Amino acid sequence: MDAAASPTELRTLERAAREVRRAILEMLTISGSGHSGGSLSVTDLVTALLFRDLRYDPHNPAWADRDRLVLSKGHAAPAFYAALAVRGWIPREELATLRRLGSRLQGHVDREKLPFVEASTGCLGQGIGMAVGMALDGRLRGANHQVYAILGDGECQAGPTWEALMAGGHFKLDRLTVIIDRNGLETDGATEAILGIEPLAEKLAAFRYQVLEIDGHNLGEILDAYARARATRDRPTAIVARTVKGKGVSFMEHQHAWHGKAPSREEAQRALAELPPLPGEEGRA
Amino acid sequence: MSAPAPPRSESLRDAYGQTLVELGASDPEMVVFDADLSGSTRTVLFGKKYPERFFNVGVMEPTMMTMAAGLALSGRTVFASTFAVFAAGQAYNQVRQSICYNRANVKIVATHGGLTVGGDGGTHQMVEDIGLMRGLPRMTVVVPADAPTTRTATRVLHDTRGPAYLRLPRENLPVVTDGEFRLGRAPELAAGSDLTIAAVGVMVARALEVARRLGEGGISVRVLDLASVKPFDEPAILRAARETGAILVLEEHSVLTGVGALVASVTAEQYPVPVRRVGVADLFGESGEPWALLDRYGLSVERIGDEAWELLKLRGKVQ
Ligand SMILES: Cc1ncc(C[n+]2csc(CCOP(=O)(O)OP(=O)(O)O)c2C)c(N)n1
Ligand SMILES: [Mg+2]
Repeated sequence: MDAAASPTELRTLERAAREVRRAILEMLTISGSGHSGGSLSVTDLVTALLFRDLRYDPHNPAWADRDRLVLSKGHAAPAFYAALAVRGWIPREELATLRRLGSRLQGHVDREKLPFVEASTGCLGQGIGMAVGMALDGRLRGANHQVYAILGDGECQAGPTWEALMAGGHFKLDRLTVIIDRNGLETDGATEAILGIEPLAEKLAAFRYQVLEIDGHNLGEILDAYARARATRDRPTAIVARTVKGKGVSFMEHQHAWHGKAPSREEAQRALAELPPLPGEEGRA
Repeated sequence: MSAPAPPRSESLRDAYGQTLVELGASDPEMVVFDADLSGSTRTVLFGKKYPERFFNVGVMEPTMMTMAAGLALSGRTVFASTFAVFAAGQAYNQVRQSICYNRANVKIVATHGGLTVGGDGGTHQMVEDIGLMRGLPRMTVVVPADAPTTRTATRVLHDTRGPAYLRLPRENLPVVTDGEFRLGRAPELAAGSDLTIAAVGVMVARALEVARRLGEGGISVRVLDLASVKPFDEPAILRAARETGAILVLEEHSVLTGVGALVASVTAEQYPVPVRRVGVADLFGESGEPWALLDRYGLSVERIGDEAWELLKLRGKVQ
């Protein structure tokens, strides 16, 4: 969908993103384990795709010309599941099964368990390669579906990430949109303190990408970037989305300690209080 | 039925991290690597004490192994840690070429081995690493059953030149050994003559539990701790074959390539007796609670008891 979003549409998306954040916190609390920080940082980017830009028929996940979304940072699975639930594609109650034995909602997204997952991921640096393969398939078939790969910034330290990015640039895969969740943190601390990836935009440009730097929590900027990526021919697009790890929860924001941790019930209550549902059209939640 | 998480447990990862700090004091040349999991692998303890000799290289396991080899080829003892799936899986060929082929003095200490990783699911539950690592020429492979053995094994590996792979679980485990560890030796944790149960890692406690239950029925079970997977204590296995007539092997690993396969090949060639393997079938894991996962994948105390019973029947020791 390339037409600019109306203010009403933006408000609808903001409400959805808020609801997705609430669902993430609820499911992680019930599960007792999982990745809070990187799920909350990627929420707006994922919501914009699942609620608007991704051409996808939930009743026909095998539709050949559907857009592809590969969550290369597979540990952000809660954000994906929560968005699916808020979108209405999976039952909201199912979120309570996160990480439970027999659940479709694995700790890292699993295509054998859940139909909306294009590629099972969890080992960083591999989803982007699979996305490049899917974009090559689209080219071979003369199809024009868009392939979105969502990467972490820590994931941009991994060699295979750059091999795949190099291939995307070399093959001029203009249907490939790489979204980098630039939240500045990985498991043990700041990316720039551990193993710096800057200058990231320059590197991506040197790898032959159209580079768009945006505020990854501004839905207007996100939609603009997706539209520009879709409209661009002859080269892939890399969106460097500046985000906040743990976005929306004051005590999680910018804290790498919340990378792989779930909130306790008490913490979840405090967190949810900071993120009340946004009022709807009729002025109520 | 789900066996409860065993009581009085200690963290093997903490034991490793603390031992690294002690070794760092006595070996001022030693360096430690990690790949953005230092809190989980506990190398963070070394990093805090000796920041100048600690390299957290980020999400970069293959090149961590090659860099570690470079420091080792410069004369140092190097430890490199990450999760088992990344150490043995992601970095396999770097371990093969840069570490083993070069005979580099790198100790790979891989945490989060096996199904008991739990919630992270099948991508992270490495059940092929023992097979991959023991298949490498020049590699030493150790899978300790508790924290005391982890402490000793970490020291022994530090003091023994050459490549090594030490596999640790994520979960805390009960103390089941006196902490004595020697390469190539399989300590006997329980004496017995009717059957041998040989196990590695988290399964050793379950071996002892089954031996205890069978013992209540008057059946005498020998329990061997196969912590030293390579070099392997063939004499202990052959003695067990001769003296008890049957061996049950338990491992939180694929039965295709793990220690069960090793025991079966050693006995088949040198002293054939019935051997059964309890481990992970030809399957990936999935998300779940650690101990429930073991049960779900056929590694429950009940299932081990059934397999033991089958072997005893085969040997004519029970009806
Ligand atoms: C190859 C690989 N190495 C290590 C890990 C363990 N791990 C999971 S998330 C993570 C940090 C990732 O940081 P980043 O990509 O910045 O993710 P985000 O901040 O978006 O959560 C690590 C090291 C992994 N999943 N894959
Ligand atoms: Mg990050």
